[in-house]
Amino acid sequence: MLLIDCPHCGLRDEVEFVCGGESHILRPDIVASDADWADYLFIRDNPKGLTFERWQHGFGCGAWFNVARCTATHEIQGVYGMTEPRPVLP
Amino acid sequence: MMRLSHGGGIDRSRTLRFRFDGRDYAGHPGDTLASALLANGVRLVGRSFKYHRPRGIMAAGVEETNALMRLGEGTRAEPNLKATQVPLVDGLVAASVNCWPSPRFDLRAAHQIASPLFPAGFYYKTFIWPAWHLFEGPIRRAAGLGIAPGGPDPDRYVHAHARYDVVVIGAGPAGLQAARAAAASGETILLVEADFRLGGSALWRDGFDPDAAQVALDALPNVTILKRTEVFGYYDHNALAAVEQLEGAGPRQRLWKLRAGRVILATGALERPLVFAGNDRPGVMLASAAQAYARRFGVLAGKRVVVATNNDGAMEAASALEAAGAQVTVIDSRAGIFVTAAKGALGVKAARLSDGRTLPCDLIAMSGGWSPVAHLFSQSGGSLRYDDSIHAFVPDCAVQPVTVVGGAAGDLGALAIAPVWEVPGRGKKFVDFANDVTARDIAIAASENYVSVEHLKRYTTLGMGPDQGKTSNVNGLAILGALTGRGPQAVGTTRFRPPYSPVSFGALAGPLVGRLQRPMRYLPAHGWHVARGARFEEHGPWVRPTAYPLGGESWEAAALREAAMARSGAVLFDSSPLGKIEVCGPDAARFLDRIYVGTASTLKVKRARYGLMLNEHGIIVDDGVFVRLAEDRFLVHTTSGGADRIAAMMDEWLQCEWTDLDVVILPSTTQWAVLTVSGPAARDLVAEIGIDIDLADFRHMTWRTGRVAGFEARVLRASFTGEASYEISVGARHATALATILHSAGALPIGIEALMILRTEKGYLHIGVDTDGTTTPDDVGMAGAIAGKASDFIGRRSLLRSEALRTDRLQLVGLASDSRKLPVGAHVLGPDRASPGPSDGHVTSSVDSPTLGRPVALAMVRRGRSRFGETVHLYDMGERMTATIVDPVFVDKAGERLRA
Repeated sequence: MLLIDCPHCGLRDEVEFVCGGESHILRPDIVASDADWADYLFIRDNPKGLTFERWQHGFGCGAWFNVARCTATHEIQGVYGMTEPRPVLP
Repeated sequence: MMRLSHGGGIDRSRTLRFRFDGRDYAGHPGDTLASALLANGVRLVGRSFKYHRPRGIMAAGVEETNALMRLGEGTRAEPNLKATQVPLVDGLVAASVNCWPSPRFDLRAAHQIASPLFPAGFYYKTFIWPAWHLFEGPIRRAAGLGIAPGGPDPDRYVHAHARYDVVVIGAGPAGLQAARAAAASGETILLVEADFRLGGSALWRDGFDPDAAQVALDALPNVTILKRTEVFGYYDHNALAAVEQLEGAGPRQRLWKLRAGRVILATGALERPLVFAGNDRPGVMLASAAQAYARRFGVLAGKRVVVATNNDGAMEAASALEAAGAQVTVIDSRAGIFVTAAKGALGVKAARLSDGRTLPCDLIAMSGGWSPVAHLFSQSGGSLRYDDSIHAFVPDCAVQPVTVVGGAAGDLGALAIAPVWEVPGRGKKFVDFANDVTARDIAIAASENYVSVEHLKRYTTLGMGPDQGKTSNVNGLAILGALTGRGPQAVGTTRFRPPYSPVSFGALAGPLVGRLQRPMRYLPAHGWHVARGARFEEHGPWVRPTAYPLGGESWEAAALREAAMARSGAVLFDSSPLGKIEVCGPDAARFLDRIYVGTASTLKVKRARYGLMLNEHGIIVDDGVFVRLAEDRFLVHTTSGGADRIAAMMDEWLQCEWTDLDVVILPSTTQWAVLTVSGPAARDLVAEIGIDIDLADFRHMTWRTGRVAGFEARVLRASFTGEASYEISVGARHATALATILHSAGALPIGIEALMILRTEKGYLHIGVDTDGTTTPDDVGMAGAIAGKASDFIGRRSLLRSEALRTDRLQLVGLASDSRKLPVGAHVLGPDRASPGPSDGHVTSSVDSPTLGRPVALAMVRRGRSRFGETVHLYDMGERMTATIVDPVFVDKAGERLRA
């Protein structure tokens, strides 16, 4: 079970959180092509290694934030705000 | 077998009575059920899983595979407990599992005679025609472990959460020393031990004083010790799960959810069996177990003992048994002589040797070497490496903050082991005793090319079930390796997974059972509804009145009567669960323009509008009436089941996507009680109870605040019945008082069923009933306003996909039938009327209309809106019927009644 560092509440157990899936996906404009719209709706990276996800402290403060996590080791390499850019990590 | 006159950690001054398989025995405090049985001369304690072979106690701890017991009686009975882990208490009642009527006269022992017929893979190969499930029942009854108790578990189970700087698992010499060393730093330490005594192997070996170690730890304020607590799972980020066995009154077990700064694994090592013919006979035991029974429990498990070994470790056992008075012969395979078979049906009578001799004996103490308990390390993600010096897998690379000490790390002293993985000779040589997997089964798997250790496990069940690889893992994969020309390192080991030992469902569920398993929400006036004779049902999280039957009336009849009253008088419906979300802030209108298919920004203050919400796929997910309370404040009503979901969805969009919008979401569903007065007489009734709102200037789809019957209230003119309606919201605490006043004034309470009749007559949508995961706004005839809307909204782009634009989609229509109520789910047959055949849609809602005196239904029908007047054929559960496609609004198409 992951230990997640909520930006507001500090380290809490994974059961208090909701995972919202991959982050940094740009929502296309209404004029987007079918292909671009399908990409937005359905296509997600599924890397072995570093992944960027959005999580909500749903059973806590309710805040959404970003988590950089390694899918192989489950190590959390960073927690950052929703509007912040994807961090550069080693 | 006999109890020694002195020695061991048992209290001979006190006697405990217990019962096993219907016979009474006695033991002492400090005994386990297993040691007490041995002291009473009980050798045969059960039958094996598949072949029903007679079995005796094989080990002295967690690695026991044979002595599985059902403990307790009735609904408190717990099957498959290891007798070696059950502390003896006065009045204990135990029984063998897996045999009937007794282990001595087990009727299913005939399986042994037929055993050549069912080796590994037997089920897969044999019971395939015509279908496995025809055979599954009898096979599962014949082979299998104990039987779960039938009734609800009367015991309580609790959960506990804790965090420690250091968690030490295992309180043998290594764990006790590690805990003491770690405690010196002042960190918080938790020491967890599965046994009821601390000490581990020091309880039966020389060289370490566990009692002194415990005294030293007890004096340290930063050390907590949990006995009878088994860590069964090691998860991410140093999360551990453990079950504590509790004594006395109160809860039976406590599930610990632990988080450790770092973990020290001191889980020791387990001795392995030797794989020779009949190695499962009662009276064949691990050498270390025989030593433990003699030294810890003062029980000599045999008087004439053959110690069969391939390493130096067993010499300690031989000395201990000799010192306790046994006559001991050591047969060391490193000298070229093996024990090739154990003789004796219900108990060992002799050991046959490879040189042709037969040694009479009543105990064979075997040692096939030692395996470090690396289960938890493997669960933590760490890798294992095969160590040639001890011929076992040891922890290698850790990926979490964990260190391994003592026997678990492979620190086993000089064993000088020379393994013979499968002893030559004929007969059944067991590798996994608990699952009845023999060396021959592994050979069959290898010959059928199951050469991966993971495949071997799944094909033969090696290492599954109670054993979890504790005694079987290394022997099994080494035998597979020998058959396929590989060493154990090349074969590799399976990844260990939780649980290390079986865990009861009760412990996992903890207190969240019964009413707490899924807590229900009750209406603020629930008691008032009870007093009105309401019949209740669960609707999502809510318990709501279905109908209010009178006398012996059925609920169906009550619903028809209530619906008829709504069209002729005044009725009261408790709408309190209606989802209520206040959306506030300067950008509230812009935000709702993006949330709704319709437009919010053009709505005037104190006016209301109906809206649909979609997901990004363009599918309808919710609907409801929203009200503009002020320029910067809206009240969004959702479906009762959607209240939490829609609030969460709005929050996610605001926090993650539209972070530039200045909007706050305030879910307020349960702060308000909503009592809806509906019907032709509703206006007069509301006037009668006292209202300071001008009813002459209060039109449909408008909203007012004021005082109703003395209560501060919000009143909305919106309708789900098709009749003029007043949705009166007051503070939840006033629900019962207002309901009483409305009822006294003549409003008849109606339940959900009547409301469903009324809304179906009106063709009003019920999201999730008339719609499903494919329904778009156009499918339900509500796409009219989209073309003219300037703003983007959730799901809009998806409505332009070719799938959404198909002209042959299912569309919401009414179905009129004269004869009978159409069954919900009935399929509209395609043009060729074939069944089975392609479906042209289905009935979604169907009621007997009290207003029209005939059944009416809503349906999703292919191209339905262009087929009004057409007669269609329907099919349901073998029956055919006909109906006519009509407009979905059956009553008051012009809406005159609700504007009254």
